[in-house]
Amino acid sequence: MTATSGLIICEHCDSVYRRKSLKKGEKARCQLCGAVLYRQSRLTPESVLALSLTGLVLLIFANSWPVFAIDMQGIHSSVTLWGAISACWQQGARLVSVLLGFTLLAAPLLQCLALAWMCGFAYTGRRAPALGDLSRLLHALHPWSMVEVWMLGVFVAIVKLYSMFEVHWEAGLWSFAALMLVVTLLASWDINQLWDDLPEPQP
Amino acid sequence: MSQSRPPSAHSLGLVGCHVCHQVCHNSSTLVRPACPRCGARLHPRKPDSVMRCWALLLTAVILFIPANILPVMRTVSLLHSGDSNILGGVLQLWAMGSLDLALLVFTASILVPLLKFFSLAWLLLERYHRKGLEYRRKRGKLFRLVEAMGYWSMLDVFVVALLAGAIQLGSLARIEPLPGIIWFGLVVVLTMLASMSFDPRLLWDDYKESR
Repeated sequence: MTATSGLIICEHCDSVYRRKSLKKGEKARCQLCGAVLYRQSRLTPESVLALSLTGLVLLIFANSWPVFAIDMQGIHSSVTLWGAISACWQQGARLVSVLLGFTLLAAPLLQCLALAWMCGFAYTGRRAPALGDLSRLLHALHPWSMVEVWMLGVFVAIVKLYSMFEVHWEAGLWSFAALMLVVTLLASWDINQLWDDLPEPQP
Repeated sequence: MSQSRPPSAHSLGLVGCHVCHQVCHNSSTLVRPACPRCGARLHPRKPDSVMRCWALLLTAVILFIPANILPVMRTVSLLHSGDSNILGGVLQLWAMGSLDLALLVFTASILVPLLKFFSLAWLLLERYHRKGLEYRRKRGKLFRLVEAMGYWSMLDVFVVALLAGAIQLGSLARIEPLPGIIWFGLVVVLTMLASMSFDPRLLWDDYKESR
């Protein structure tokens, strides 16, 4: 396999184009099928580094505090992500626990760690070791990161409990909301610019 | 419109990396071609795309039946206890007066999976017919929509897990997850895998310029 430079292939219809440089915020679309070919993000590697470190802190916050709490005649109970995972595990719905752990904990965590690693090296002007392995990991994780669906789920669960209990929103909810914004921004960033911008490491 | 079709990578002997979008010359002599830049496996088309997509799709359709019939959670309290399935959860929201949320959950849990089943099956079958440019563009759009909306169906799985985690008050009140939710989670995973294994380039492979 020999590489060629300056070309881009549409993932959706196999058309070949010559790459043109874009301004920030612009995207190139395929003439034939209309799919997005590539985009020039407004985010620089430095801001992605900052965002992914923010994401890691938010992940800790989101998992340390409950997302909401209920009160009923003096009885108090609250739920964290980990509480939901262990409740399902103990009651036999282990696959549900695995899905929760993977899509809400492991996937966002690995996304933030991998991006922090890549962009941390980019910050010092070097190409990160294992950039290829980590790009493949990010590519595979991308569809399985589901923090935004979890936020909607929290909202639906609160409404369902509202008729029977007094429900309070807790700090974990805001942490998850902020994490959702960070992860969405990070997922929209095209990591491939790191290949073009940075020189190959000298062995 | 009389624009000409841009050359296809296949016709130029090129292949693109799915991960880093590096364009490479396709040398078919290699057994396991890999991207020289990021190391990802290279293939001009996703392997066995149609068969894999059908297999995952049909499995998902079959599991969708127990996922909807079996109860997804049990509510136990001093006053009453009962099981409810996916549709029951939607009706409960409706009865509580939140029609908008009921519609939302209905869309995510029932409408979206059904739309995915029909859309993917239609894409797999219809690509042999109606070969005009506009039809192909619409099919491409439909596929991208299916890919983008698929994971929202996980909503009900998360709701049941949250309720089970929140309501653990011993004999006073308790919510337990039931097997229906496991089947439902599997359906969502399978439909996601099905749309990932579908290769949208199949929709364009036999397209020649009409003019």
